[in-house]
This record gives sequence, C-alpha cells and structure tokens, in this order.
Amino acid sequence: MIWINIIVQGILVGGLYALFAAGLSLIFGVMRLVNIAHGDLIVAAAYLGWFICRVAGLHPLMSLFIVVPLAMLVGYALQRFILNRTLGKDILPPLLVTFGLSVIIQNGLLELFTVDSRKLNAGALETGSFPLLPGVDIGYLPLLQFFVAIAVIAGLQYLFFKTSLGRAFRATSDDPETAQLMGLDNRKVYAWAMALCLGVVAIAGVFLGIRANFDPAIGPSRLIFGFEAVIIGGLGNLWGTLIGGVILGVSQAIGAQINPAWQVLAGHIVFLLVLAVRPTGLFPRMTG
Amino acid sequence: MSAFVSRSTKASRVAMPLALILAAVLVAAPFWGETSTLRLLGEMMIYLALASLWNLLAGYTGLVSIGQQAYVGIGMFTVVVCTVLMGLHPLIAFPLAGLSAVIIAFPVGKLVFRLQGAYFAIGTWVMSEVFRLMTSTIGALGGGSGISIPTPMIKAIAVDKFWREATIYWLALALGVGALALVYGLLRSRIGLALTAIRDSEIASSSLGVSIKKIKFGVYVVVAGMTAMIGSLVALQKIRVSPDAAFSVNDWTAIVIFIVVIGGIGTIEGPIVGTIVYFLLREFLADLGSIYLMILGAVAISIMLLAPKGIWGYVAQRWNISLFPTGYVVKERSE
Repeated sequence: MIWINIIVQGILVGGLYALFAAGLSLIFGVMRLVNIAHGDLIVAAAYLGWFICRVAGLHPLMSLFIVVPLAMLVGYALQRFILNRTLGKDILPPLLVTFGLSVIIQNGLLELFTVDSRKLNAGALETGSFPLLPGVDIGYLPLLQFFVAIAVIAGLQYLFFKTSLGRAFRATSDDPETAQLMGLDNRKVYAWAMALCLGVVAIAGVFLGIRANFDPAIGPSRLIFGFEAVIIGGLGNLWGTLIGGVILGVSQAIGAQINPAWQVLAGHIVFLLVLAVRPTGLFPRMTG
Repeated sequence: MSAFVSRSTKASRVAMPLALILAAVLVAAPFWGETSTLRLLGEMMIYLALASLWNLLAGYTGLVSIGQQAYVGIGMFTVVVCTVLMGLHPLIAFPLAGLSAVIIAFPVGKLVFRLQGAYFAIGTWVMSEVFRLMTSTIGALGGGSGISIPTPMIKAIAVDKFWREATIYWLALALGVGALALVYGLLRSRIGLALTAIRDSEIASSSLGVSIKKIKFGVYVVVAGMTAMIGSLVALQKIRVSPDAAFSVNDWTAIVIFIVVIGGIGTIEGPIVGTIVYFLLREFLADLGSIYLMILGAVAISIMLLAPKGIWGYVAQRWNISLFPTGYVVKERSE
C-alpha cells in the first residue's frame, strides 16, 4: 500500500511538472526557442504571488487573477522588445540572451527578496485530504494542481487547433515566410505565444509557491524538470508533456522512498534512460 | 610578378614577437610578482583556458554546452580520488584527470549528442547535475559537504611555499597558453577547415565528404579532457573540494559564457579580451555582490543584441586586423 501511495502522490506532483513543461513546449513549437530563463520566470511569478498576497491580503488562488495578466504582459513585452531580435537561423543569440536573463532574474530576486525561502499560505486547502484507499490519502491541493494542469493543457490544445490565434501559431511554426506573406505579423504572433507561455508560467509559479518553500536559486532546476518532462513525453506533443511530467513525478517519488538523496537523481536517470532508448521521447509529435 | 598564398597578416607578424615577450614576462611572474599577483594571474589563465575551450565548442563547432562544469568537477574529484583514496602524488592527478574525463566523455557525449541545438545545451546541464548529485551521495568523496586535500599531499607538490605557488601558477599558464594554442592549431589544420565549412553550411560540407558528427564528437571529447585538467588544477589551488562548488554552473559556465560573449564569440582573440574585461569589471564591481552579476548579464545581453561578435569582433571588423590568422590569403609578390 505504501508503494501505491507513493505512485499516486508522484502522479499528482507530475501535474506541476507538466505545468512547467507546457510553456516550454508551446514556445519551442511556435518559434523553436528554448528559454533558459523559464525556471527563473516561474520562481519570479511565485514571488509576485507572494508579494500580492502579502500586500493585498489575498488568498494565493485569488492572486492568480493579478499574477497571470501581469505575467502575460511581461511575456508579450519580453518577446516584442528583446527575444524577437534574437530569432534567426543561429541558435546562439536566443540561448545566450535567455541565459543572461536567467542570471539577471535570479540575482534580481536575491536583491529584492533576500536568500530566505518563502511560501504561499493557502490555509485549509494545503492540509485537507480525503482517503482514496486505506493508506492512500489524496490531498485537495495536489488534486487541484493536477486538474489545473489537465485544464491548461486541454485549453492550449483547443487554442492551438480550434482558434484563429492557434491557426496563426501553427502557420508561423510551419513556414514563417509564407505566413508573413499571408498577412500575419510574425513578431506579434511570437509575442502572443510568449504571453501565453508566461500565463502558464504564472499558474505554475503560484502552485509551486503553495506546495513548497521557494528561494531565488531554485529556478534552474525547475527549468530542468520541465525540460525532462518535455523530452520524456516527446517534443511538440502537449499531452505528452503531461505524461512526461507524471513519469518524472513518479520516478522522483520512488527514488525519494529508496533514499531521500536520490529523489532528483532518480528523475534524471529515468530521463537519460528515455534518451538512450527512445531519443524522440515516448510520444513524439503527432500532428500540426 | 608572382602570386603566393599567405597565412599571416601584418598584425600577426607584429603580434607574434610581442606575444613571445609577454609569454616570457608571464613565465617569470613568480620572480617579480607577489603571491596575490600570482594568484590573480593564475586565475586569469584558468578562465582564459575555460573560455577558449568553450569558444571552440560553441563558437566554432556549434555545440552550445551549459554543462562544462561536469568536466571541471570530474577533474577536481579526480584529484580527491588520487590523493585521498589512492595516496598518489597530486601532480599525477593532472594527466589522470584529463584521461578519466575523456573516457567519461564518450558515453556522455553519445547521449547528449542525441539532442539538437538548445536541447543539447540543457541536456549537458542535466548531465552535470547527475554528476553533482552522484558525488554528493558518495561518502568516501566527502558526501554533500565535500573534502579537503590532505596537507602532506599539497606539500608534496614542491619543496616550499614559493615553489608550490610557482608550480601551480606555471601549470595554469601552461593550460591558458595551451588552450589558445590548441584552438589556434586546430583551426589552422584540416579540422579547422572542416569546422569552418560546417559552420557555413552543414548540408554542403557533408555532401562534400566532411564527417560532421565525428569531428564534432572529437572536439567535444578533447575539450572535455582539457577542461578536466583545468579542474584538477583548481582543486590544487582551492584545496577544499565540494560537489556544489566543483559542479557549479555559475562559476564554471555562466562566467565563462559571459567572458566569451563580451570578448567576441567565434574569434580566437575574443576570450583573451573577454578575460581581461571580466577581471577588470570584477576588480571594480565585485563589492556590489548580486548586482554585479546582473550588470554582467545585462552587458552580455546588450552585446549579443547590438554587436553579436563582441568587442574583438567589432575591432577586427572596423580595422580589419587579426592577431591569429587562420585563413589563406592570395597575395602578389612584387619583384
């Protein structure tokens, strides 16, 4: 029963990792950009949520109504004014610019909020749970987090394949020049994609902050978890990122049960195994 | 009049004797500099070496790695294994570090080469995290808190403190100059020609028989070996070796990337200029702590956006000079 519990909890944590991964996957799908600062942006969103909760006395979930639009605005501006200038055939500029951003965000957070770790306080939501099986309790928070992840991915999937913005995303992704000829402004399309990505980042950040302590230095490892979920699930497949996140969450939970020091290591090793056996991921890109 | 192929430039003919004089001054540093000067110069040489090697990977071979700290760390822990566990002389660890990194780089390279471009970058990062986490679980290597190289071992390097400092410094100098020479030699050779061809067009060069994968893999492995030798020297300098410091992405990769970007990526002179600029900035701004790193990041971003070839790239283009020419120029000989 212990093991069933561990696997169930791992699956639920996987929802959070899928949230880390969904934004990465979206951006890579639309403009082949890998944002090294992705994890730091998640942490920055957690801090923003913390700050708003403190100043306005809001519940962390309510703070989402402010954090998400603000983050989207930042994403739009970031793409419009900085990242669009780096896109091209050469992969170096976007990589190095986002790497620089990552260092700036980390140290900026350090300067603003010190090294002390913070946490978002969600009250009863954090502690409440119900028994699924004897010995297997499901917490309301992890469950909510998991459903939010499913909802976000379903929403992105709908947006990608059923709306005109999604059509613009897919058109620009397939053939930027032709898309431009058809009257799309690629720079704006990319900016919208980044806005959307940061919206997801904001949700991920707030849930990260409710779940556990965070400090300015944890961004890079969130980037790595998201990245691993993307690769395990298969590049360019949004539902794959959910499965990738779940596999990562379960491996970490099992690793932690064997030896607490092996939690993160177990996740890395499963990622490397997938890379060795199926480098395209378990569920490679299917359509679009 | 007859034509001939020249591989030197006016600037390089002036620069070569100057470089030799500078080299002589640097070799003699233990006899004219204080300990602090020597340590600063040694550190500069280590960053020059790391930057030249990273530049070879990212600037010439297109392999943008954010995981070179894996090999620095492997080098540092090789020293620990040799001295603490096996009781070997610390300087034997120096070549052994290079050898073990080359052996490790084969399977690691096979795995990360399955990822392309930016994903390769994060893949190398994951690898170095794996090494960091694994070493922290090994009690014999000091676990998470690390281990010190025993004093008798450090004393075994040379007869007294002066010669110890001098030996470590000369090794650093050898690595700094060696890395530059490696990059320069490689780029002037057939491999350099192949690398330039790959950089200009992978498809065209592979259709003309350039084996892209093999060359990239070879460069990756050689760079890994040399990076680990740098790491083993850092261990002798710092004496204390911990997983977090040995596999630090900030110390061994972030700063190195900033140095290369500021100096000029894809140029041999870039890492030299970048190292000098970095150490100057550090002298003046290091007191600012985290703000200093933010400034460094902002400078690197601005350079990437406004002058992507860095300071040296700008200078070279403006005045058309090259201190380390690698190309072939046809000139006419006047009778």
